[in-house]
Amino acid sequence: MNRLLPFIGFMLLVGLFGFGIWWNTRHDPNAIPTPLLNKPAPAFNLPKLYEPTQTVSKADLLGQPYLLNVFASWCIECGVEHPVLTAAAPSLGVKLVGYNYKDAPADAKAWLAAHGSPYALLIADESGQTAIDFGVYGAPESFLVDAKGVIRFKHIGPITPDVLATKVKPAIAAMLKETP
Amino acid sequence: MKPGIGYRASPARGLLFAFFIALLTCAGIAHAQAIEPMSFTDHTQELRFQHLTHQLRCPMCQNETLADSNAPIARDLRNQIFKLMQQGKSDEEIKQYLVARYSNYILYDPPLKPGTVLLWFGPLAILLAGAGVVLVAIRKRRREGVDTKTVGDSADNGEDW
Repeated sequence: MNRLLPFIGFMLLVGLFGFGIWWNTRHDPNAIPTPLLNKPAPAFNLPKLYEPTQTVSKADLLGQPYLLNVFASWCIECGVEHPVLTAAAPSLGVKLVGYNYKDAPADAKAWLAAHGSPYALLIADESGQTAIDFGVYGAPESFLVDAKGVIRFKHIGPITPDVLATKVKPAIAAMLKETP
Repeated sequence: MKPGIGYRASPARGLLFAFFIALLTCAGIAHAQAIEPMSFTDHTQELRFQHLTHQLRCPMCQNETLADSNAPIARDLRNQIFKLMQQGKSDEEIKQYLVARYSNYILYDPPLKPGTVLLWFGPLAILLAGAGVVLVAIRKRRREGVDTKTVGDSADNGEDW
């Protein structure tokens, strides 16, 4: 038994190390858990990207659920998720709202013209000020907001086909089942 | 070695030296960019700002403080902290403001709560466990009548392995 002790200790360390590796492949170490989950979305009032004189507020969007997708033309990973969103938007079950984050409107419009727009509504936060209230720290990020304006789900990073199938769609389904 | 070779090598060395000087200058510029001018009311406020931003973590680049980071979000949050300071918010209120949006990840010094007990006392527990193992081993040897001299002698004879 005494001879085995160092070996057991070593195997414990190996196990801990293996767990660390496994854990880091399972989740994104850069994703910060949002304290806003299941809490009312922050109030906002932002101009529309294509009609900057008109603004959209949180109150305007109450009554129907939506997926708020934070994106920017400078964001490389947004280009990765864009085709996924474009393909998924019609069958998503909720409205897809584009949140243009810290972007020059001209750049955003050019990017959307080149890639196409899957968004039912586009709002622009050029300064990134409102995004702080949402706890946004990069793009892309996506928030699922229900009809009552409560954040039900958040995803940090691009929505890949895998993320769409295993996280976004189940979250939408759970929400729609609860509040039809 | 002919002296000529040495002389021919020196311009290259000079170039290398100049290159490193240029690199150093670039580093200086890069560092200076992270600190944009802010109109503090007085030096005390500036020190408070520096102290506070050094205690907060940049959400984008988690190994940097808000004070050091050059990430766009760090710049935005620095501006926001500055704005909140001008509104007369205390350090604690500013921290609460950020935690409400970015969770405890934003704090370099995590608060003691059920989820962080392991983080706070884990190292101590491991240390105590190690001390326990050592104590048990010593007692066992003493009970077996092995005195410290023979332990020292037998340590290298490979018997234990």
